[in-house]
Parts: sequence; structure tokens; C-alpha cells
Amino acid sequence: MSSPATASQTAGPFWHLIEFPQWADLTHADGPNAAVSGERITLAGRIADGAGAPVADALVEIWQAGPDGRYDGAFHGFGRAATDRDGGFRFRTLRPGPVPGRGNALQAPHVTIAIFARGLQKPLFTRLYFAGDSRNQADPVLTAVDPARRNTMIATDAGEGLWRLDIRLQGEGETVFLDI
Amino acid sequence: MSTDPAGYRRPDAATQPPYDAPAYGSTHLRHPKQPLLRVAHTLSEVAAPRMDAARYPAEADLSVVDGKAAMGERIIVAGRVLDEDGRPVAGAMVEVWQANAAGRYHHPNDQHDAPLDPNFVGRGRVFADADGWYRFTTLRPGAYPWRNHHNAWRPVHIHFSLFGAGFAQRLVTQMYFPGDPLLALDPIYNSTPDPLARERLVGRFNLDITRPEHALGYRFDIVLRGREATPFETGTHA
Repeated sequence: MSSPATASQTAGPFWHLIEFPQWADLTHADGPNAAVSGERITLAGRIADGAGAPVADALVEIWQAGPDGRYDGAFHGFGRAATDRDGGFRFRTLRPGPVPGRGNALQAPHVTIAIFARGLQKPLFTRLYFAGDSRNQADPVLTAVDPARRNTMIATDAGEGLWRLDIRLQGEGETVFLDI
Repeated sequence: MSTDPAGYRRPDAATQPPYDAPAYGSTHLRHPKQPLLRVAHTLSEVAAPRMDAARYPAEADLSVVDGKAAMGERIIVAGRVLDEDGRPVAGAMVEVWQANAAGRYHHPNDQHDAPLDPNFVGRGRVFADADGWYRFTTLRPGAYPWRNHHNAWRPVHIHFSLFGAGFAQRLVTQMYFPGDPLLALDPIYNSTPDPLARERLVGRFNLDITRPEHALGYRFDIVLRGREATPFETGTHA
């Protein structure tokens, strides 16, 4: 007995009932990663719509490997954050290591991002890569992207552990979203 | 030669709503205009965070806060979380959120002129058991207006969020209620082209789930994407 996957439906504007602010800090002293060591980083950006207006009611999730490049290691690589009224999101986490790709190739270190919101009937997935990482040049996903649009998936180093990646849902500078 | 993890199957487009749905105004400026880039699945897509009740405490009864009962019609919602091959997704984390019986969310942005209930927050979290079963107790939510078009009202619904065994199985959906006249008028519900896919979003009254002298029961099964049949073999030679 089998049935096709259930239809996705929008999270709507009131999903904050399942927002838990501490989930945005993967390094929290009381959290599952308190004992995991690695390079502490902050991932931040703003989400804008096709008119350039902030998307102030989005649910943003991240999913990443630990510094050891493992999804099933000690590091719990899941986070959830709400965008603020400027469309801004912010996660504290540890910088991920490279993870296995297809055919035993390594993928460049990256963070999967899923966005849910009013007006998004299905999640939008993208990846965040780290500017200046030489492994980006061989990454199978990044190299499949039109070179003119690759920067929409590459966070810039803003110093002191802060990495910035703005997300544009539509229009000029539209983020490359992934069909996963 | 290497063996890559089996990916997840892509759904038939007719069974899912489009990003761009003209009748649903909020999609206009929020849908991407460029085609999505299809990626072959790797561990990043087929692995998933470990969600368990030790880390994310279960909260299976939304109908009572601090021992005080919320106002409204108490109901039980139960069902199975399965994959497309009919296998239970044991341990799936199921989060729910909803409006109260008057049709208002416990949320500062909800300004609908309907009463808040101090004994109702409207969020819960449960985990599927080894056979995929989940169950929670709540109140039947109310319908509410949403300004998408003149005299627009959302059909009665409960929001669901699920984590399965792979991040590619991540699902956010809504359960509707049988016989709701607003379903025929709702641009969100009706934007999924396949009528059978829409009907599967409607919970069914179920007498076995109904608890005598306590609450009506509704069954809502949820299906997450299934795996590709065989792991891909890759390499320059076999």
C-alpha cells in the first residue's frame, strides 16, 4: 500500500508558535553542542522579496555537518531562526568541515538552508558556502551554477567570525535555489 | 568505484502546489522566477538531524494549559507517518500549530477580532512510534479571515511540520477538516492541481480514534518522500 508524498502547504504568517529562539544558537552552553570544539562563526543575512522588501515573517532552518565533516557525529547541525522586521536572520554555529559527495569526491564545506514563509507553498532550499575556500572551485553543486550567479550561494567574510549571505527570493540577484 | 546513498524520489508536480499561484497573493513577490537547480542527492540531503524527545520534549496535549482546559471542542488527531513505499517513518518529529477555537492564533501579529484564550497556546510536538503512529489532543480550530481577496476565509486547518530520516523529506503541510464549505473557495488548498492530492490533506472522522465521553477523533496520515529503488553505482569502470 503506497501513496504519493503529502502535498506541501505554506507555513503561513503564524509559524512562530514553533519558534524557539535558542535553536538559532547551535553553540549554546546548554545545547547539544556545548562540548564540541571548532571554529565559532555567525551566519547572518537578510531575505528580500521580488520588490526588494524585507521578508519579515520567514522561518529559516539550517542543516550542516560538524567541524569533522560528519552529519552523524557529535555535532547536532540543525538550527531554526525567524527573520526580523528587516528580513534579517542570524545563527551562531561551528564552521562545518567538508562532507562526502557523490563518487567519494569531497564537497566544499557548506550549510543547507531551508526557507518557509507565507507565500511559499513549498520550502526554498539553497546552500551557503564560504568565500575564499579553495574547495569551492571543485564543488559539484557550485560548479553546476551559472558563474554569474554563484555569488548568491557564497557567504562573505565580514570579519570576527561573521559570514554574511543575503537571500533574494525573486528578481535581480535572485538566489540560486535547489531542487533537492 | 563507490556506492552513493540512495536519493529521494521527486514528487509528481501535480501532487504539490506551485511556487507561483496567482490566486494566492503572497506568492506574487515570493516565488523564484529562475528555474531551480536540480541536485543529485548526497549526505547533505539524505542525512537528517536526530530529533528525539530527550532533546525536543514532547507536548501531546494542546487542550490544557497549567491544568486548565481551553475553550472549544476537544478533538484527537492521530495517524501514521509513512514513506511513499508505505513504510513507517519511525521517530519522525511532528510539530503542530493552530488557531484557537475562535479562529485566532496566540501570536502578536494576529489581529483578527476574535477572543484569545489564556488556556490555549496552540502548539505541540510528538514523535512517531515504531509503526509510524502519532497522536495528539487539541481543540477544533476556528476559521478566520485573511484578506487575500474580498471576504476571504481560511478553511479550518492545523499546521504540521515533519522531520523524517533525510533532510530532503522535510515537510510543512496543513490538515483540513471534512465537509468544510470553505475548502472549495480556498486558493491555497486549491492550488495543488491533483484533486486526490488535495483530498489527502483532509483528515477523516474516525470512530476508533474517538474516545468515549471525551473527544471526537480524526485520522490524518502523512506521507514523506520515498527513496530511489537502488543506490547509484558510480565510477569510471564497474
